[in-house]
Formats: sequence, structure tokens, C-alpha cells
Amino acid sequence: MAETEWEPKIVAFCCNWCSYGGADTAGMGRFQQPASTRVIRVMCSGRIDPLHVFNAFLEGADAVLVTGCHLGDCHYVNGNEKTEVRYQFLEEMLQELGLESDRLHLNWISASEGERFANFIRDVTAKVKELGPSPLKPAGVS
Amino acid sequence: MSKLVGAVAVAGGGIAGIQSAIDLANSGLKVYLIEKGTSIGGKMAQLDKTFPTLDCSMCTLSPKLAEVSRHPNIELLTYSEITGIEGEAGDFTVKVKKKATYVDQDKCTACEICVSKCPAKVPNEYNEDQGVRKAIYLAFPQAVPRVFTIDAQHCLYLTKGKCGNCAKFCENDAINYEDKDEEVEINVGSVILSPGFTPFDASQLEQFRLDHPNVITSLQFERQLSSSGPYEGHVTLADGSHPNRIAWIQCVGSRSPEIGRGNCSSVCCMYATKEAMVAMEHDSELETTIFNIDVRAFGKGFEEFYQKAKNEKGIRFIRSRPSGVEVDPLTNQLSLKYEVEGDGINQEEFDMVVLSIGLTPSESSKQLAEISNVEIDDLGFIQTRIDSPMETSRPGIFVCGAVQAPKDIPDTVADASGAASKASSLLASERGTLITEKEYPPEKAIGDDIRTGVVVCRCGINIGSIVDVPDVVEYVKTLPGVAFAKEEVYACSSDSLEGISDMVREHDLNRVVVASCTPRTHEPLFQETLMEAGLNPYLFELANIREHCSWVHQKEKEKATKKAKDIIRMSTARVNLTQPLYTDKVEFNKDALVLGGGVAGMTAAIDIADKGFHVTLVEKGPELGGLLRTYTTLQDGRRTEDIIEPMIQKVVSHDTITVFTDTELVEQEGAVGNFTGKLKGIDVDEEIVFGVAVIATGANELKPDGYFSYGEYSNIVTQSELEQMMDTGVDAKNVVFIQCAGGRNDDRPYCSRACCTVAMKNAIQLKESDPGRNVYILYRDIRTFGKWEELYTKARELGVVFMRYTEDQEPEVTDRTVSVIDFLLGMNFEIDYDLLVLSAPMVTPETNETLAPLFKVPLDANKFFLEAHIKLRPVEFATDGVFLCGTAQAPKLVDEAVSQASAAASRATTILSKDYLETIGNISVVDPELCIGCGRCTLVCPFNAPELKEIVVETEEIIYTTKKSEINATVCKGCGSCAAECPTGAITPRHFTGPQIMAVIKAYVEGI
Ligand code: FES
Repeated sequence: MAETEWEPKIVAFCCNWCSYGGADTAGMGRFQQPASTRVIRVMCSGRIDPLHVFNAFLEGADAVLVTGCHLGDCHYVNGNEKTEVRYQFLEEMLQELGLESDRLHLNWISASEGERFANFIRDVTAKVKELGPSPLKPAGVS
Repeated sequence: MSKLVGAVAVAGGGIAGIQSAIDLANSGLKVYLIEKGTSIGGKMAQLDKTFPTLDCSMCTLSPKLAEVSRHPNIELLTYSEITGIEGEAGDFTVKVKKKATYVDQDKCTACEICVSKCPAKVPNEYNEDQGVRKAIYLAFPQAVPRVFTIDAQHCLYLTKGKCGNCAKFCENDAINYEDKDEEVEINVGSVILSPGFTPFDASQLEQFRLDHPNVITSLQFERQLSSSGPYEGHVTLADGSHPNRIAWIQCVGSRSPEIGRGNCSSVCCMYATKEAMVAMEHDSELETTIFNIDVRAFGKGFEEFYQKAKNEKGIRFIRSRPSGVEVDPLTNQLSLKYEVEGDGINQEEFDMVVLSIGLTPSESSKQLAEISNVEIDDLGFIQTRIDSPMETSRPGIFVCGAVQAPKDIPDTVADASGAASKASSLLASERGTLITEKEYPPEKAIGDDIRTGVVVCRCGINIGSIVDVPDVVEYVKTLPGVAFAKEEVYACSSDSLEGISDMVREHDLNRVVVASCTPRTHEPLFQETLMEAGLNPYLFELANIREHCSWVHQKEKEKATKKAKDIIRMSTARVNLTQPLYTDKVEFNKDALVLGGGVAGMTAAIDIADKGFHVTLVEKGPELGGLLRTYTTLQDGRRTEDIIEPMIQKVVSHDTITVFTDTELVEQEGAVGNFTGKLKGIDVDEEIVFGVAVIATGANELKPDGYFSYGEYSNIVTQSELEQMMDTGVDAKNVVFIQCAGGRNDDRPYCSRACCTVAMKNAIQLKESDPGRNVYILYRDIRTFGKWEELYTKARELGVVFMRYTEDQEPEVTDRTVSVIDFLLGMNFEIDYDLLVLSAPMVTPETNETLAPLFKVPLDANKFFLEAHIKLRPVEFATDGVFLCGTAQAPKLVDEAVSQASAAASRATTILSKDYLETIGNISVVDPELCIGCGRCTLVCPFNAPELKEIVVETEEIIYTTKKSEINATVCKGCGSCAAECPTGAITPRHFTGPQIMAVIKAYVEGI
């Protein structure tokens, strides 16, 4: 495959109530976006264990997006506040592992923010394309 | 009553009707939810964000919409109107006209092909006529039911016999031009009226120039802010550019007796503030100005929100209401003329003017009132009384929401639950008689072999024209565990659903993946199909290849096809690891504990007891009656004892209420359905067991020591002290009131909501008892919201003198005089007084701080109890089974406390009326082998589901006690926060396990 056609592999964790809905709304509004991302649905962003994120990188993901409801909107009161705390820890750990900061993002997206979701995917994909494949990617994974 | 029918008709499917319907249906009554429009959701569905927390309106509303649409006890009659109500309380016959939709609801799969082919463009009413929709349409993307309707007035075929595109292109044969209106009759025991309001039609007031394209209503502005609105969330002028300066004019169609709209609309000050704030979040350069008479920030958190808007966000609040909008005839430029305090008239230009339109009763709600034969007031709102705010003049017919008076969402929701409580008390004996439970065949054993079936949906052209479906099906057949795969044109059409059942049987499948659209709308449907086929609903996965794939990669067919394969591969990897999950039924205690014997506590106790449950009512003081005892009259002129005494009578004579006075709850443990506690008091020392609790512990009037010389002179009193004095006659010629005495300051930043109305009532009485007496009211803002505005108007008519002071220049008080700088005139006045009356705020009792940790429920910054959600869950805590009402939640008036108390009773009844407490399947569980008893799970769970329990461990060598976490299955909601927090991996959310998530990641990254 030619170098320019490399498509990064981005994992987006989305909570059922908001950001997954935001991705749906992007669809309903036909907001086009690069085909770089696969969504993994969890009930609440609070479910996202830093281990899952590490694991995604170790398996070969080029970027991971942690997303959920806006603060105050979490369907389970405050799951996303805990996500925020865990995220800070994650960020530090991954930086120590030598991962570029543009490969990990935290974003709050409501179920009505379809355009915001699409723009987010577009922006992250562009940045990751510039960075190239993740340094943590195991050999043999594209 | 001769006959009682265990069903209720709810008229109006806005948030009020939705809440009533859910409460009733969950209490074992059958509900007919009748909505005039094509979708439920009402005005709340049009809002972008909600004040004062700026929550996304649709995000909080749509789970409720989904709950209604799926509820087995709710029958939705949309596009329908009530045409007659005959009979009496307990047994009404309601006639309903169902309008023709011209679309067969069973055949329509909402694929939208018809919409793309329809040539007729109609102003989009969801966007307040900004932009267009088609003649065949869905009211809005999240509409419930998700069925299209043909608007007969605009359809070319139905009006002119031309076109017929929708029928031509519909692949499901769902269009029926012959459809006719239908009359149906339903038999119910009670009716709840919740038709809501209509926004004031500002085009009536020509001076506000709604004809100018850049003058819009606040609801139009709301739609502009919404990302699903006409301009994708960008505020836009007629020429397509974005405004730099926006002005809001308040009270358009409110506080205007000259046009018959004398009431305050209660919500406009806050929504305008919210709109300005949100608009500034979109565009930080934007200048916003709100022209108002008073800023009515009277609800919980409102004053703080207003102060933030003013002081931190830089929103300009100008206290003058322009009498109209000026338009320059040459340039078309908008400008406003307004009065500057003590400094004449100013004129200022704006790019956009937003009219904050009021809430008025709609024509159709007036008709409904007439059909229902219930009384309405002068303003057209349905008439009720302070002590029974949900009861209309016709027994058995109840009312809730903005048709009773203008009100905001939480008050509407409380009302709605309150009205449900009244209906369910009436029909308590009939609970469970008319509801049906769906029966499914027994589940088959799934064995160890994984046999997954995959259905790939074309969704007409939605998926099929982008994704190469046959190629995907062939690929899917090669995936691990997949025993069978096929494609469908519409996986969700009824014959395809039957096809899924057949497929499961024929191929002996034990897991199913459907690759189609979003699980957020379609998962329950397919899960039900699995259950019909004898499979556990958790052995299912929806692969979203429409919203997340074909719709967002319309120009990249190859990539979309590859992505669809990825998504299905990920879904099969996950489904292969799922296990059947079961819900549990647990017996529980059905008694209620109500703390607080004021009006709220007594009402809650009566409402719960009326439904046949036992209630223990605990009052810390020596007698029942609460805060209201310190006042003598109500706003409607009645004596407070006229409502307190009958209530006490009812409580003490009720068979199933036990009252303890001079008693407090000192210990409390357990969870919903099984709380235990200890009561202690004079002669009382008792252990109690209860299933639910209502906290109605109230508030007190502040003793305003240190404010305005209170306590220094005997002729300075509070409002409640004045009321006691008025009973024997007040001998004072000059009476001065000072509002906000000790409130809206750094110590107590909140507004106490009730004081302005109380002050008006007392000022009127003082004037009426002696017209020669001078009464002055010194205020910061007059906040006589809703219908109580009429008291303010009356006080002015009677000659009460109003003077506005500001927080930086408070009135100064000596033993005989008050000196105040009147803000409007900019002049200093010295007033001699005989009696000075301070309107002091309500404050919380100290016991809140011991009670809150006892129940593990939160307090807000002002030490009032903090509800689960400020908009949609106003009377409950996040902790299951614990409710709150009355002034324990925030300062409020009597009718509001009563409505909340009934609401709390209704919410409690949804639990108590169950035969068993049922757990959900996808909860989290703890592996005691791995648990180290650190307790982190107990700290992160907002529902208090995990609990550290002491257990004895016996090994061969030693016996020791240790702590292990245990998750209470009846309380767990399955969010999984605890699992992410657990340091040893001891906790597993059963439907989102670590191995499942890891498998999905692996399946993706591995690639094809
Ligand atoms: S539900 Fe979305 S973050 Fe918790």
C-alpha cells in the first residue's frame, strides 16, 4: 500500500448515553468523517479502565479516544468525573512510555453534538496521520 | 363509587404527561398517553440546554421518551385528541380522535427514503418555522414513536392528486393514502390533564417588530443554539452572518395586564440568561444584554446562576423594558430605546433582538378544559387550590404542568408525579388489574459450543448503496463462532423479525448479531425477538453499520465496506463471550418512613398511606404543622389553620399512619426495600424497618440578627412575627418592609423564593385593614412569579410604595427612620417608621448535617438537600428508595411543597407497589477471592451499591475476619465505575466484562 494511504487505527470508547449518541447524531446528520475510527460502547465513561486503554495501544491502536457525557450530564451522576481523574493518570503513564500526546484524547460530547463528534474524528485522524504508526505497535500489525 | 377502572388517560405528551405516565405505569396502572402532535416530548424536546446547570435537554429527555415507548403498560396515542369525557371519578369514558397519518405504523421502518423523494417543502415547526421539512416527516430526529406522518395539508397527492412519490418509493408498502381519522373510546378511572402551554404570539404586538428577520422569539433562538437546529448550532442573522450584539427583551406577553396577560411567566428571566450564556460559549466576542423589569431568579441555584452571568460572564442586565423595537427605515438597523436610571433615555443598536415570550394557555388546552368540564381562571389556566394544586374542580380529573400556571421543568415534573399520586390513590384497589405481562417461551440451554448467527441489514439503500452487503455476508461467514449469516433488506420489519426467530431455531444458534443501526433505538426490539425465540436477551449484539458507517462514509464505499466488516468482527468477538444474564426477584419491606411533620411530610404520609401502605411519620418537634404554623394566612386569603388542621386530622385518624412527635431518627442502615433505623425521643426508643424513606424535614425562617438593626429595637420584626401581630391588629401608621434581609448575600447567596409573595400578601392586608396607613416595600427585585404577580399589581393599586435599593447601598436603619437611596430616581429618602418588617430567608435546620450522612445523601452549598437531578428528578436522591420534598429541598411556597410531597409519594409508590424488587441483568459483581476490602468501590459508586461486609474466612491453618465488598444487586445500575476503580480486578460488570472489551479491541486491531 502506498505510504499516503495509510489509515490509522483509532479506538473510541463511547458511553451509551451521550458520546455514542453523538456518533449516532453525526450519522443522522450525515457528517462525513475519515474511516479511521471504531467505536467501543460502554454504559458509562466511568467503566473505561486505564488497562483497556493501555491494552489498545499494546495491541496496536494508533490513538485512543476516551469520551463521555459533558460534566454534569453523566447518566450515572458523576461517572465522568472519575474518568477525568483516571485520565490524568493515564496521560502521565503514556507520556512516560514515550507516546505522543496527540494519540490520547479525552472529550465530552453530548448526544446532540453530531458535528462535534465528526470534527473531533477528523482532527484526531489528521494529527495521527502526521505522526504515523504508534511506537507501541507490535511488529506485524498494520 | 360504583366502579373503579385501573387505567388512566393522560392528555398531553410533554415532560409533564410523560412523567405522570411513567409513574402510573410503574405503579401497576394502565396508561393511555394521548398527544396531539406526532411525537411525544413537548417543548422540552425543542430546548438546547436547561438552566441553571446547562444540561443538554435532549440528552436528559430521550431516555424518558424511550422508557415510554417501551413500557408495556403505556399505550401511546399520538396525533390524537380528546373529544369527550363522560362519567365520574373512577369510571370515565374518554373519546379520542386519532388523526390519519397515512403511514402504516407497523410497516414503516423509518428508512427515510420517502423523505428524500418528497418534493413538498413545509416550514419546520420543530425549528419554530426556521428552515423547512417535507410533507412526509418525523417531527425531530429523536421522535417517539419513530413513525413517519404525512401532513395532509401539504401533501401534493392528498391535496392535488399529484406526485405519489412516497408510495412509489416505499419498499415496505407502508403508505396508505386512504387512511381515515378514527374515533376510539377508552375506559379509565381517572384523567390527568397535561397539555402544557403555548408560547405567546408576539406578532400581536406590532411594536416589537417580529416581522423584521433579525427579531426572533426566544424559542426560535433556542432552536438556533441547538446543534440539531436550523443552523447546526450557530446563531445566524438573515444575511447568513453572525451577530456581534444581541439584546433580549423580557416580559413580552407577560406582566402586561393591558393585553390580558398580567401573570409573570416564571421561566423567561432564567432562559434568557441561559441563552445569552450559551451563545457566548459559542462566540466569546459576543455582547449580550438582557432588558428586564426585575430579574426573577427565584428557584434553586437560579440566583447564583444570575450572579455568575452578570459578574463573571459579562452579560449586561438593564432594568428597563423597551416599549418596542426601532427599525431604521433606510438601513434596516435595529435599535432599542430604554430608560437609564435617573438619566433619561438612551438608544442603542443591536444586530439581533430576541423577544422573551411568555407562557400562555393554548386554545386547544382551553378546549380540553371545556371538554373536561373543569374550571379555568381569568388567565385561562386550569384552576386549583393552594392545598390541592393537582386537583381540578371535577373529581377524578387532575392537572399538572404549565396548564395550571407558568412553571419550569422541575416544578412541572414534581406536579406530574403529584398528579399521578392523586390518580393512583383513587385507583389504589385496582392496581395490577388491567396491565399485562408479556409471556416468553422458556429459554433453551445454550451449551458450550458457540453458534452465532449474523444478519446484515441493507436498510434499503441506507446501508446497501454504500456497503457491499453480499461481500460482507461472505466475509462474516468465515469469522470464529459464526454458524450462519444472511442479509435482509430491513432487519427490523416484522417479517424479518420473525425470520430471525426462525433462523435461531433452524440453525440451532445460541448468539445473534444484527448489523444494522444504532442499539440506542433498536437493541430492545431485537432483544425481544431473541426472547421470543427462546434465547436470553444478553446473547445479542448490534453492530452499528449505518449511523457509524454507511452514513458517514458516503463517498468511500470501499472503506465503508471494510469498516462494516471490522465492526461486525468486533461484535461477534464480543457476542461470543456473552453469557445469559438473569434478573433476580427479591422480597422487600413495604413500609415507608416520612421524616418531618410539616405540610410536606404530612401530605407525603397521607398520599402513601392512601395507597394502602403503612407509614411512620416522625416529627422532631412537639406538634405537627411545621413552618406553616408560624404564619397565619395564605396568599388566597384563607387562614393557614384551615389547611393545617384538616391535614393533621387526616394524619392522626389514618389507619395506616403511625405518628411520633418529639422524636428523631438516630440510626439508619441498609438499602431500598430493607432499611433499618432507630427512633429516639421522649418516651420513644424503637427499632424500625422500612422499604422507602421521604425526607421532609423542612426549613426555618432566619432570625435576621445583625441585619437592619433586628434585635435592637422592639418595632423591628420578621414577616412571620408580623403575621402573629396582625391577628390582634397592627397599630402602626407607617410600615416599612425590607426584602432580602439576610439573603442574597455572601452568607446566603440564594433567593428564598417565597418572601416577595408573602410580603405582597401582608402589605395588601395592612392596606386593606387601614387604607390610610403608609406601606413601603424596599426591594432589590420583586419576584412574585407566576400567578402571584397579581398580588404585586394589587399592592401597587392599593398604594403600597415600592423603592428599589441595590446590594451595595443597603437601607440604613435607626430606631425610627430608614434611609434608602431609591435606585430608579437616584435620590435619598428618609422614611419614618412605626414598624419595620424584615423579609428574612428560609434557612436549613442544623439537623440536615447529621441526617445527610445517615442516609448517604448529599447537601447543596446552602445545606439544603440535593436531589438526584435538578430538572428531571426533583424529589428523589440518586440513592434508591430515598426521596425528598418541601423546603428541605429548597425554599418554596405551600402549593409547591404539597405538589412535591405528592410527587415524592408517587415516586415511592412506584417501588412499593411492586411484588418484588427486580434487579437488572447487567449489574456488577465482586469476586471475593480477589477483593482485598480496600473500599474504593464504595467511594466511587453514586448509588451506594457496594458495601464492605465483615466476613469470617476459614482456612486450614487459621480463622480470621476480614472485609469484602458486596454489591447490592437491587441498587446497582451497571455503570461499571467500580470495576474501573478496583485495583485487583475483583469487580466485573456482567455485560461489559474486561475480557469482552479486550476481545473487541483485539478483533479490531488484528484487522482482516
Ligand atoms: S453515562 Fe456518559 S459519562 Fe457516564
